[in-house]
Amino acid sequence: MNANETLIRVENVQKHYNEGKIKALDGIHTEIKKGEVVVVIGPSGSGKSTFLRCLNLLEIPTGGNIYFEGIDITDVKTNINTHRQRMGMVFQHFNLFPHMTILKNMIIGPMKLQKKSEADATALAMELLRRVGLEDRANAYPSQLSGGQKQRIAIVRALCMQPEVMLFDEPTSALDPEMVGEVLEVMKQLAKDNMTMVVVTHEMGFAKEVATRVMFMADGKQVEEGSPKEIFGNPKSERLQTFLAKVL
Amino acid sequence: MAEWLEEMQAQFVLNFMEEERWRYILDGLSVTLKVTFFAVILGIVIGILVAIIRSTYDKNKKEMRPGFGKFILTFLNGVSQVYLTVIRGTPVVVQLMIMYYIIFASSNNKVMVAVLAFGINSGAYVAEIVRSGIMSVDVGQFEAGRSLGFNYFQTMYYIVVPQAFKNVLPALANEFIVLLKETSVAGYVALQDLTKAGDIIRSRTFSPFMPLIGIALIYLVMVMFFTWLVGRLERRLRNSER
Repeated sequence: MNANETLIRVENVQKHYNEGKIKALDGIHTEIKKGEVVVVIGPSGSGKSTFLRCLNLLEIPTGGNIYFEGIDITDVKTNINTHRQRMGMVFQHFNLFPHMTILKNMIIGPMKLQKKSEADATALAMELLRRVGLEDRANAYPSQLSGGQKQRIAIVRALCMQPEVMLFDEPTSALDPEMVGEVLEVMKQLAKDNMTMVVVTHEMGFAKEVATRVMFMADGKQVEEGSPKEIFGNPKSERLQTFLAKVL
Repeated sequence: MAEWLEEMQAQFVLNFMEEERWRYILDGLSVTLKVTFFAVILGIVIGILVAIIRSTYDKNKKEMRPGFGKFILTFLNGVSQVYLTVIRGTPVVVQLMIMYYIIFASSNNKVMVAVLAFGINSGAYVAEIVRSGIMSVDVGQFEAGRSLGFNYFQTMYYIVVPQAFKNVLPALANEFIVLLKETSVAGYVALQDLTKAGDIIRSRTFSPFMPLIGIALIYLVMVMFFTWLVGRLERRLRNSER
């Protein structure tokens, strides 16, 4: 796959509840290209998390289509499980498996889903742990780690599957302030290594510094989209102006 | 005091030693253990199956698209509901007698009938215990499993059920203790279990104290041993998280 090739195409995606009375997502169109870092911002309740969770069908859209690597994953005949293996996801609350060691958390996916040998999976896991400076915690259990450490582990657990794209759902929102930096650092490194990323976050600093494109959502719609410079330097819509006035 | 001790000794000899009456106790104990053991296994198998059907249905009924899969799941869920309602709504003694006198009227294998009756009965309680355990696992665990690419059943098997099992271990242990003691009604279908053994001795010697207190102590020791065993298992599972 070449750079600049479209990895995810989102066409008119909707998520309605109560027969359309509540529109969590109301017709989203976008394309995510390989190597892009798309940061989604917006007030709470704007649908940005719902949008992200639709990308790997943790939420099933009630309308529209999502194409991943050219395949319509919203088609009922598509086996979503094989595609999810190529889309890593990081959650707000880490969701590490508490009954497994850190290493087991990381190798269970590659071993059971990609049929890797334990040695191969462990080698990759240890390499990734070294990169985030946690190789000495391989045999610890999640409950023994700090929030920041847990989230770094959650990121490398997803990376163990060697995904094409990483989805981040407010990865720093549940962290103590002094731990936010270490997680953002890992994400910046990931962006530098040309990983395609979609990040829902309230960290405007991260959006300014790392994003190749910022998407502003409100009331289930994408209100404005553009480079960080455009979005933060020259917001056009009133909705975005009021939002930025509150968060900056 | 000496007189009382002598009296007790005479009672003991009369009830357990004369005519080798201890054999009743030993045979009864082996029947009780056999019935309990196999009924526990049957109960766990039925319980986990029903729990998975029920929680799968509850989790997916909204999102599932109409079709053959949904029809099967709805049907299985309906069967499970009826099973739970009937089994939990009727006394186990009645179920046992129905099993022996009606359903297996032609069979002479009382142990098998008892295993089926107690196992099917226990399965209903185990099902609700396991289901509560599955529901107690944070939905984020399920989502994390699915997001890695595990399918529904792999996620259940590798991630949700192991955590659910640990959460419900005390409740499950309690259910097995109840089951062990519940088998004491097996005498209703003339199965000579531990309780029946004590009762037979009592009716022969006309001296109720020794045989009844004796079997009560045996039950007590078995339950205490089991409780100790589960306590060890619980500690081991807990230790594997820190």
